[in-house]
Amino acid sequence: MRLKASPYWILALLLAVCFTLATALQLRAAKWNNPSQSNNVFKLLLGEGRRLFAHEFYVMADVYFHSGYYPSIFDKQESQSDVLGAVRGESDDDEDTTNVDFFGAPKDWIDAFGWKFRLDRHTHLSNGKEREILPWLQLAADMDSQMVQTYTVAAYWLRTGLHNPKEAEAFLQEGLRNNPDNYEILFELGRLYNEDYHDANRARNVWLAALRYWRAQGDDAKKSVENKRLCDAILVDLAYLEENAGNWPQAIEYFKMAKPMSPDPDAIQKRIDEARQKLAEQPPAINTPPH
Amino acid sequence: MNTIWALAGVVIKELYRRKDFYVLFVLTAVITIAAGMVHFFNDPQIVNYLKAICVLLISISALIIAIVMAARQLPAERESRTIFPLLAKPVTRAQVILGKFFGCWLASGIALLFFYFFFAVVIGTHEQSWPMLNYLQSFWLQWAMLGVVTAIVLLGSVIFTAPSSNVTICFIAIVGILLLGQHLNAVALHHSEPLRSIIYTIYFLIPHLEWFDVRDRLTYNWPLAHWMDCMLATLYAAAYAGLFLLLAWLGFRRKSL
Repeated sequence: MRLKASPYWILALLLAVCFTLATALQLRAAKWNNPSQSNNVFKLLLGEGRRLFAHEFYVMADVYFHSGYYPSIFDKQESQSDVLGAVRGESDDDEDTTNVDFFGAPKDWIDAFGWKFRLDRHTHLSNGKEREILPWLQLAADMDSQMVQTYTVAAYWLRTGLHNPKEAEAFLQEGLRNNPDNYEILFELGRLYNEDYHDANRARNVWLAALRYWRAQGDDAKKSVENKRLCDAILVDLAYLEENAGNWPQAIEYFKMAKPMSPDPDAIQKRIDEARQKLAEQPPAINTPPH
Repeated sequence: MNTIWALAGVVIKELYRRKDFYVLFVLTAVITIAAGMVHFFNDPQIVNYLKAICVLLISISALIIAIVMAARQLPAERESRTIFPLLAKPVTRAQVILGKFFGCWLASGIALLFFYFFFAVVIGTHEQSWPMLNYLQSFWLQWAMLGVVTAIVLLGSVIFTAPSSNVTICFIAIVGILLLGQHLNAVALHHSEPLRSIIYTIYFLIPHLEWFDVRDRLTYNWPLAHWMDCMLATLYAAAYAGLFLLLAWLGFRRKSL
């Protein structure tokens, strides 16, 4: 017996088979590749070579922070990017950093005339315009997920400049997933909990974890100026937290630990003296018998 | 003058007959629109990166259109042997050079205008601002620069035999000037004589095309450059374009076809 099927029926049958297979295989196909690998287009395209570009994107964020007024390799360089300087609290006085002239006086008439078309003022983004640095930090993080400062810098500007702690927290959590036990990210996360969410308990826990991971690193790493500065910041923030909670002995303890790390031990000693005074002024605790 | 415009008209027609412009325009549009669809940290107000990408693509595309178009003019006439009937008519070699120059320059200007229109629409819809004077100034300076570029490439097409070698050499030289031109004086200071004098001589001889690159002003929303400075820069470009055209004419006049 000869069966004669219309091509439309065959087409409909094939479409049904395709649809059924697609629904069945969709979930399985997602598991065939490592999801994090397939999600990152740069990893797929560039492999490990993408890390070379991460620093360039990070520098681009600083270029945008200066609205394009930025030294080339032929000009006087900055010792540290201003986007990072702000995170570390090293450029509170904006005048200090914007007075820096990378280029010097024009060398000849061609140079002088060229300046009529180039950007000629050292400025920093402000009033929410800091958002323009964020794409480059995101790209830098996509290129090199181990570049920790991209997470901390982006989170800092998200929560302080753009008042968007939710996105900042999500980005820091992403950074933490890529760099578990990283005390820099934990420190920034603690600041977010403390300053934006006013959640002292979570901030304390996160900072204590940061301190634990800082202590767990090798002795050579602990001696670096950068690491000492970070440890000092963690301890001082913990001390302030205890001060605010009225826990003066613990605050004094943290200040004492911070003193050898601090670039300004006299200021820390002053804080210790003040805390001791406050502790002495506190009325002694009265033990009341249980009812 | 009519002869020059007639020759220029033929070159302009070539712009829309060939695929170069369409390919570059579609490429620029696709990349820009794709980049515009990316949202960073759920913030739709981030737009400067998009401006930077789009205006960079426009600069590259305009440069490619100007260089490729100018480079094939004279060799194509020679190869197809249309140069003989052209010169047999009462058309001088100077008119051929000028006609080709104006044709290429106007064609690259038309292409640039399309690109800037696209840029204005894309950025206007994202940023809700329409700084037309900034666009006009940037367009004008870029077009003036393309005039110098076209003249350089026409000179190159008289010197080099193959259009491919002319395109490659001119592209490298022009990109080199755009990237390094303004720094040659600083580089010269780090060398001892006689290299210092040689680099300084190059610095003063080359046309400083980087002056005309005001992309950063568009990207970072900086105010307009002074119009008087733009006029002086235009005169500078006209002088250099004239110089290169003169050299091209001298070379073309002595060239046996």
